[in-house]
Amino acid sequence: MAIRFDKLGVVIAAIAAYAAFLAPFATFRANRIVPGEGRLILDALPAVSGPLLLALVVVAIVVALLKTPLAWRLVVSVVLLVALALAIGMAGGFLTPPGNTFARVSPASGFWLLIFAFTLLLADVLTRLELSPFVRLAVLLIAAVAVGMLLASGAWDSLSILKEYANRADTFWAEARKHVTLALGSLLAAVVVGLPLGILCHRVEALRAGVLNVLNIIQTIPSIALFGMLIGPLGWVALHVPGASAIGIRGIGTAPAFVALFLYSLLPVVANTVVGLAGVPKAANEAARGMGMTDWQRLSGVEFPLAFPVILTGIRIVLVQNIGLATIAALIGGGGFGVFVFQGVGQTAMDLVLLGAVPTVALAFAAGIVLDAIIELTATARRKEAVA
Amino acid sequence: MKVFLPAALRIVLLVLLVAFIVYPGWFEPLFKPLTENNAPAIYNQGSLLSLTLQHLGTVAVATIAAIVVAISLAILVTRPFGAEFLPLSRSLVNIGQTFPPVAVLALAVPAVGFGEKPTLIALFLYGLLPIFENALTGLTTLPANVVEAARGAGMTNRQKLLRVELPLSLPVILAGIRLSVVISLATATIGSTVAAKTLGEVIIAGLISNNLAFVVQGGLIVAGLAVFIYDGLMALERVAARRMGQTVS
Repeated sequence: MAIRFDKLGVVIAAIAAYAAFLAPFATFRANRIVPGEGRLILDALPAVSGPLLLALVVVAIVVALLKTPLAWRLVVSVVLLVALALAIGMAGGFLTPPGNTFARVSPASGFWLLIFAFTLLLADVLTRLELSPFVRLAVLLIAAVAVGMLLASGAWDSLSILKEYANRADTFWAEARKHVTLALGSLLAAVVVGLPLGILCHRVEALRAGVLNVLNIIQTIPSIALFGMLIGPLGWVALHVPGASAIGIRGIGTAPAFVALFLYSLLPVVANTVVGLAGVPKAANEAARGMGMTDWQRLSGVEFPLAFPVILTGIRIVLVQNIGLATIAALIGGGGFGVFVFQGVGQTAMDLVLLGAVPTVALAFAAGIVLDAIIELTATARRKEAVA
Repeated sequence: MKVFLPAALRIVLLVLLVAFIVYPGWFEPLFKPLTENNAPAIYNQGSLLSLTLQHLGTVAVATIAAIVVAISLAILVTRPFGAEFLPLSRSLVNIGQTFPPVAVLALAVPAVGFGEKPTLIALFLYGLLPIFENALTGLTTLPANVVEAARGAGMTNRQKLLRVELPLSLPVILAGIRLSVVISLATATIGSTVAAKTLGEVIIAGLISNNLAFVVQGGLIVAGLAVFIYDGLMALERVAARRMGQTVS
């Protein structure tokens, strides 16, 4: 019997082999800003665990390389990801000299490449399994709980990113709250304003091109400039409109960031509302009119439910985009995870950059998965109703 | 995204934009009201022209690299040889788009240091996705009868790709490039937070010295460039579509 190779497996095996045997697994630094020195897996882990991890990687490479059943590949990729997560924590404890609080151990390129290779394998399995939306949500939940448990157990406490966290635990959660409030609040405001505006643009053709053009041009203004331009007008409002400063409107800080995110969010919401409503079949509208529905009944009972999946797609774009853009708010004193990113860039302390960037990426990623699942659920629900 | 400007207005605006980039001094009275305490109204820490050219250069290099890689990858996964990668590449594009540009930029710094390089990497990776996605759409939604006819006419796989499949999907691919360029133009400004020479320098100088005039002129130049490049690529797309007997909505 001829041995058949999996083409993706070849790519994964090449990355994993390079990462496991040639690239540094962890970086050791005497303090947080000096350049580090890389350590290979065997030097970074205590006696038994190093060879054990290498053996696991070799097994996984073989499984990935050959045409193996999906279940094997699923098990192997999950086992490897968990083993890597535990191993990097152990490397932290092993490499840090006892009692030394200045030394920093952080994951190096080998670790990240191994994570990438086996995430690729896992992503391929999950894509090929064509999971239903509920199962995808469950997988996300399990992954989140697993990461939460690892964080709570203290297994990663000796890693540099968590040492940065330990120094900033209170500000971290305050900035996290600000980040989420900015991203979700501006989304909510954009939905409250954008939905009626979209409906209006759908009904009144004269408005459509004008409104969409203005919103398009706003999108081309770079985010840092838009944030900056709003400082002036909002500062003026705070000074001259009675009560404005009492509710937190100021020239710098959260207010201009909120308004900028709101303005960026309007286009996807309005445009998708217009596209969704335009896609409602004529027959459905005619039938509703024939049944004697009023304009309002037709909108809320027929048009809106049919356009809902398209509108949700717009909301998904906005949410993912806002979570990313909210990092820029830090440049104008608006807070959020960007505070750590830009402080870290300023101090060339990359662990601090990671402390800001990793939660942002995780948040955007989770938001994308959750909304994708919801969109699919509403779309299939709609289809079932149509069949019934 | 549709930007309709009457042709005459468009030319006037283009002339104004170029004039402002080359001779910003002429426009000083316009920006004076935005400054306080006699601060300079026009960016004075470097020439706007060279920053604009560097900005466009950075975007161009990243976009060209992204076009080459994205289209090659799209061709690869739509051939029988690479078909195994097709489902995975679709989900990777989906996942990739959730990565915020700032995070990509900041994470590239430890790998390659400060300056142009992290910006180029972030722009390249971020620009890759829309082009790849559209190239994939273009190459997988070709009318089956046309592809069959090409095979029937005795074309080799290579001829079929170069003479039928790529020209037919060109308008869709161009739309992806347009999207990618507009995103990159705005994202390049963030590159200045890691010391890349782009128009973001002007904006950040304004934010640091509390000078609204700098922020507005940096923002206006980038937005202006984006609108005109968008417009130009849109026209190119229409030409490509007309040659293929399609219409661009």
